[in-house]
Order: sequence, then C-alpha cells, then structure tokens
Amino acid sequence: MATKTTVPAVEGWFNLATPSTDGGQEQPPALLGSRCTTCGTFAFPKETFFCRNPECDSTAFDEVPLSRRGTIWSYTDARYQPPPPYVPADPYEPFAIVAVELADEKMVVMGQVVAGVDVADLRIGMDVELVVDTLYEDDENEYVVWKWAPVNA
Amino acid sequence: MPEKIAVLGAGMHPWGKWGRNFVEYGLAAARDAMADAGVEWSEIQMVSGADTIRNGYPGFVSGATFAQALGWSGARVSSVYAACAAGATAINAARAQILAGLCDVALVVGADTTPKGFFAPVGGDRKDDPDWLRFHLMGATNPTYFALYARRRMELYGATEADFAAVKVKNSRHGLNNPYARYRKEVTADEVLASPMVADPLRLLEICATSDGGAALVLSSMEFARARGVTSPVTIDAVSTVTPRFPNTVIEMPNFSTDSGVSAAVVGLPSFRDSIATAAYEEAGIGPEDVSVAEVYDLSAALELDWYENIGLCKEGEAEKLLRDGDTTIGGRVPVNPSGGLSCFGEAIPAQAIAQVCELTWQLRGQADGRQVDGATVGVTVNQGLFGHGSSVIVSK
Repeated sequence: MATKTTVPAVEGWFNLATPSTDGGQEQPPALLGSRCTTCGTFAFPKETFFCRNPECDSTAFDEVPLSRRGTIWSYTDARYQPPPPYVPADPYEPFAIVAVELADEKMVVMGQVVAGVDVADLRIGMDVELVVDTLYEDDENEYVVWKWAPVNA
Repeated sequence: MPEKIAVLGAGMHPWGKWGRNFVEYGLAAARDAMADAGVEWSEIQMVSGADTIRNGYPGFVSGATFAQALGWSGARVSSVYAACAAGATAINAARAQILAGLCDVALVVGADTTPKGFFAPVGGDRKDDPDWLRFHLMGATNPTYFALYARRRMELYGATEADFAAVKVKNSRHGLNNPYARYRKEVTADEVLASPMVADPLRLLEICATSDGGAALVLSSMEFARARGVTSPVTIDAVSTVTPRFPNTVIEMPNFSTDSGVSAAVVGLPSFRDSIATAAYEEAGIGPEDVSVAEVYDLSAALELDWYENIGLCKEGEAEKLLRDGDTTIGGRVPVNPSGGLSCFGEAIPAQAIAQVCELTWQLRGQADGRQVDGATVGVTVNQGLFGHGSSVIVSK
C-alpha cells in the first residue's frame, strides 16, 4: 500500500515535527501563535492585523511556536458523533477533549486528546504535551491536527 | 439611570419540534403580544426582529420578514443578529428608539426552526470561520464547552452529578404547567442519572435541546402606556448588552483559545459572565438582593449553577448550597427558571431571550398560572451570545 501524504488539516496553525538537519534531535511539533511586537500579547490562532489588548494599537506580530506543554484546565469527551464538518472514523470512536493552560502565554488552548486516553485518565491540573496526530484520512492523504497527550502516559 | 419603558404585551408560540416555517411562529407570537397589549398592528411604529441564520435570508432580515407577514405598514424596521443574545439586542434596539423619542410603541419578534440533533455551523467549506473550524478540527460541539464548565465546577466547588440532576428535576417541575414549554414531564434524579452521557460529566437530560418557537413583546413609552390607561405596567428598567473585558481568560464557545493575560492585569477583573448582569443592575440602580425571580440561560443543568453566582444570587462556590436549600425552587427565596428554563423549552435561539422577558412579565403580573412566584416585583434575565454578546434584562412592577 502506498504511503499517504501527511497534510495539515488547517494551514499555518501548527508545525509538524521536523527532523534535524545536523543529526541532532528532532524538533517536536508546536502550535503557531502570534505575539504582538509592542505589548507581547499572544494569540492562537494567529492575529495578523489587530492586537486584542485594548491598550495596544500595534499591527506588527511575530509568528511564534507556543509552549508545547501545559496543564489541564478542564476536560470532557464526545460520546456521540459530532455533525459535519467533523469527519468521523467509521465506526465512530468517542474521543476526549481538553482545555489546556499554557503558563508562559497565560492562555488556555483546546484540542482533542490522543486516542486511547479517556476522561477517566484525565485530571484537572495534569501535565499534557502537544503532539500531531491523525484527524481523518482519504485515499491519498492523512490529514493531521494537534492533539494533547498526558505526559509520561 | 435611563427612563423605564413599558411592556404592554407579551406573546409566545409554544416551543416544540413542529418543523414549520419560522415566520409562522413569529407571527403567532406577535399577534398574541399585540392582543395582550390591546394594540393594533396599524399602531405599531417600529418592528425589531431578532435574526436567525438557520432559516436563510428571511431569517437574516427577520424584522422585514415579520413585518411583511403582518402586512407592510411603513413602520420603522430593524433586524439584529447576536446569536443567543439576539433577542435582548432586539429588545434594546426598540428600547433605544423609544427612549430617544423616535417612536412610542414597538413590536419585538424572534422565532426559529431548528434541525434535529447538535447545532452545526453554517454549511460549505469555511476555513476562515472559527465556528466551522471548531467542529472540523476538534469535533467540539456546544455541549463540549458546557461540559468543560461543568467539570471545572465539580473540581473547584465540589458540585456533584446529583447537583446537576437536581437542577433538571427542579426545572422539570417548574415547567410542568407552562403551556409554552416543549417538555412538560416530571423527571426524577434517577432518570436524569440514567440518561446517556453525552459530554462527560453532562448527560442527555442535563443538556438543552434545540427547538422551534417564537416570542414577541410590545414595548412602549410610559406616556403611551398611560394614554392607554395602563397605569402600572411591567417595565424594562435595564438592558445589558456588554462585551467581555480583555483579557477574557475563560474559554468561550466557539473559540480555540482564551485571550492571553501576559500584557494586562487579570486579578480583580470580573469574568465576562459576572459582568453581564452587573451592568444591568448598575443601569437599573438595584442590586441582586432586590431580585425576586430570575430566568437564566441553562444551556446545561450545571451552567444554571454558574449563573446563580454570576448574577449575584450567592457568592462564588455557594450555588450548590442555594440549590440544595431550595432557595431557587418556586416557593424559595429567589426562584430561578420558573418557566422551566431551557431545560423544558430547548433553545429557539433568536426567540429565547425574548421568551425570558415574556415569562418575567407574566410572573410580575401574577399571570403565570401553575408556576407563579408569589409577590414577584423584580426580575432579571441573563444570557450570552456566541463570540462575546452579553445579554441581561431587568424588569419590575
């Protein structure tokens, strides 16, 4: 079977893991946010033409990788198949969803939890890290998205 | 403080899953509201529609759609969309014109027809729309967000599954005799806790359904009301339509993230949901201690508990006690959702915030048969629309 092409399910929101060019460690995946060049406010997804801070009228932003680790702010799951445009597995497999606090950015970011981890395995305050994983597939491509995985799970 | 305006009439089409054109529900509600007010359609000077995106273009311009259904009369017209807050925003559009002296009497209408199951985003490939993307990239439905709050409540304040079930049991009793409610069946805590888990820790019977329905109000200046011989009408004393303040650090539907708190103080900043009713209380010159009845947006049974605190009925972390003590049950200190709430109605988005005011109008008039809060004099509604639309209305008599 031919290998499928890995395609981000959304462009420019996260990096895939990148192999090092000099034989060193692989660069892990990360969400790509924006940081205001004037006041330092982060945003995810990226802001490109306004800063959310009402005290700041900056129009210049750097694209920055966000913290790859955070702690669970809250969690739940999706026992029933979400409606389109979600592309479910067939048969449908329930999955967990977390909202994760990123300490450096002082913000909370959501995402699915990797397969095989359910709500019974999760706790508020638990450390999680970002991975890139399959969201859905078609005949040619594997579409990937960011997900969260318990650290040391 | 702004002047009060009068609620001359209230009307609703029963909530349900009727599958008919939304205009039909709005029209029925409008006619009931005008009959209740004793005002003819030809006298209405302004029509304020609460929009629905779910029913195509006629829904996007609902003010004109309802006006046409009633028969073109040359009235001023306004159509507003603010998701779940659309009804309160439409009320405020009419109120602002009345208070500005641009019109004396206005009709506010909202109605919706909804598909079965989870609310889904607008169709098409919409990769620049966060509401579309949250379904596509995360499978995050509305109950996902409700469940995040519910789990947080359990963690922070010791809420239990039994507490969430007790909210549902209370509301199901409240709505039993409400002729406009869709679900009029008493449920037991055991039945709630035996219903399927949808989004842990929330179960099917703890999550509000999506419904068809319509609600309408006839609003007027106090002078117009007096001229009609209505000397002591229910009045609207405040309408809050505030946005959050930056940084909003609570995850909000349909977003992927919160604001970042690195560049501004978070400590001491009221949460968005706290700020909504606070703005209404300030505008009305009253406080939560003056409230005798409340209609809050119980998208989930757990969220009703959050609202108790957000509208100041108790301190943070004390909502479970308020519930367990029976304070929010009819007959208690400050009954919440005597209509049965979204629990008994299901959500008909543009109609819902108007329906909250209809219920409080009947409560304050003493006309809420079978669910009357005795001696109610001040009522508050609260609700929140997608992306940051606050909504709270204070009525008194």
